Amino acid sequence: MRTRFISSMIVAVGLFLGVATAPAQTPAYRAPRTKDGKPNLNGVWQAVNEANWDIEAHSAAPGPFYQLGAAYSVAPGIGIVEGGPIPYKPEALQKKKQNFANRMTLDPEAKCYLPGVPRAMYMPYPFQIVQSTKQIMLVFEFAGALRTVYMADQTEAPADSWMGWSNGRWEGETLVIDSTGFNDLSWFDRAGNFHSDALHVVERITAIDADHLNYEATIEDPNVFTRPWKISFPLYRRIEKNAQILEYKCVEFSEDLIYGHLRKVPLK
Amino acid sequence: MNHRFLIPLGVIALAILVAVVLVAPTSAAAQAQKAAATATKAAAPAKPLPRTPDGQPDLQGYWTNNSYTPLERPNDAKKDFYTLEELREVEKRRAAQEDEQTVPGTTADVHYDFTQFGLDRSQTRLTDNLRTSVIVDPPNGKLPPVTSEGQKRAADRAAERRKQGAQYDQVQNIPLGSRCVYQNAGPPMLPPGYNPAYQILQSKDTVIILIEMLHEVRVIPLDSRPHAPQGYRSWLGDSRGHWEGDTLVVETTNFSDKVGFRGASENMKVTERFTRVSDDAIRYEFTVNDPSTWEIPWKGEMPFVKINGPVFEHACHEGNYGVANTLKAVRIEEKKAADEAAKKGTK
Repeated sequence: MRTRFISSMIVAVGLFLGVATAPAQTPAYRAPRTKDGKPNLNGVWQAVNEANWDIEAHSAAPGPFYQLGAAYSVAPGIGIVEGGPIPYKPEALQKKKQNFANRMTLDPEAKCYLPGVPRAMYMPYPFQIVQSTKQIMLVFEFAGALRTVYMADQTEAPADSWMGWSNGRWEGETLVIDSTGFNDLSWFDRAGNFHSDALHVVERITAIDADHLNYEATIEDPNVFTRPWKISFPLYRRIEKNAQILEYKCVEFSEDLIYGHLRKVPLK
Repeated sequence: MNHRFLIPLGVIALAILVAVVLVAPTSAAAQAQKAAATATKAAAPAKPLPRTPDGQPDLQGYWTNNSYTPLERPNDAKKDFYTLEELREVEKRRAAQEDEQTVPGTTADVHYDFTQFGLDRSQTRLTDNLRTSVIVDPPNGKLPPVTSEGQKRAADRAAERRKQGAQYDQVQNIPLGSRCVYQNAGPPMLPPGYNPAYQILQSKDTVIILIEMLHEVRVIPLDSRPHAPQGYRSWLGDSRGHWEGDTLVVETTNFSDKVGFRGASENMKVTERFTRVSDDAIRYEFTVNDPSTWEIPWKGEMPFVKINGPVFEHACHEGNYGVANTLKAVRIEEKKAADEAAKKGTK
């Protein structure tokens, strides 16, 4: 009994360390393969962290609406940014602070705008990876967002967009996604962290066991940051039977926020 | 999306040729085509079907269902199929009607310039659907009779809408499409008017249908799992797919009551059948079954034909200035009218 308890403790600690230190390790895990021989990352995945509130370390805090009490209060998080604060240029840091101060009216998430990249990857909702040979699609619940990753027939972005233009390649076990062609309208989180249309994101997604992916991304935007910086976190497989991407169309939920002041009888 | 009219002319010529062969131009041939359509369900086409690495029929690529073919057969169309010449006449007439909307003074409802923004149908490849209606069953091409329950529901819904006030009293009264909430995404997937671009992507156990209009994504599991519990309702419904021979069959339930497709209830069930009939075309058939709304199930059919990609990100809501501007304008008009009335009152 006691031995079993100890050994399960060792396993638990091992698992914990395994997940916590995975970004630095060379992946020892070899993912199952698709029919065309690529690592099989198909499935429904979700980040389990508090980065959508703030990608940097932050304390618990009251939410912006007292009416919602603790229900919409800010959950504390250790953040997903590696190596210290986000390296904002001084004027950009000012803008970030203004964004935060005016988040009630500016936050693109509140308006049901497409979440952008990398935010879509750590919003607290599932997304599905669907692998085909020439393209991989990432399908997100929130706002019905979608990313197409071109694994063949790659071109530059034909136009700027919210979710950007993504070209991908396999480096051994790792799916590398290189994305540009973003507009300057999405945010990284509810704290007002932002980017310009010069945003360039390079993501590396690697299976570390059957039900976990390691996700890391390098974020580069010379208009806003003094140097490239990195985020990383694990993605968890939604292992419940029949996990699926549900429809989370949110336009209707945002309409009174956006157009409420234009009603014939204004909202109270 | 405007790149689509850059489809090389040779491809168009070939497509027309294929379409002419596929969809026969005389009514005797139309019968033969119907027979052939039934036959292709069982028989393999001459050229081997493209297959995915997993061995499934490959439906992947960019497709359109762009056409002027109405859901219900127009009263002046006395037959199931037009000849190609007749179809071209219909298309010309409809294109002229669209064009007219952009010329100030020619119509009561002057719209913005369809041609400038690629909104008229002639700018995307048309499917050359010779059918006079999308509905093929009932054979008269019309929706079947509505049940008394369906009639009562329609009356209740209309009464509910009237309670909400006039169209521009609040954003919620504006049509769904203008609000970027929902526009013909289906199922059944009917041509949305503009942006009629679709992409299909397949993995071993999932089919994705990306609909450019309002960037809708249908995620269709193929692993024979049950439908989501009844408590889950959605605009696009809950789809489950399976292969019957080389045909992808998709059954969709769990619709939200808000969809009300042609007066349907939330218990509507739609069954779609996707069959790749050539390199260039998918035959799309659907059955709508809702016994509380229609006395019998009804069926439609239309082709999807190849177009050039990509499907662009249609961030409709994000760029929706129309709703705010319209509401603003109506509020200004109301204020003007009120000021006028007040002036008159003080005189």
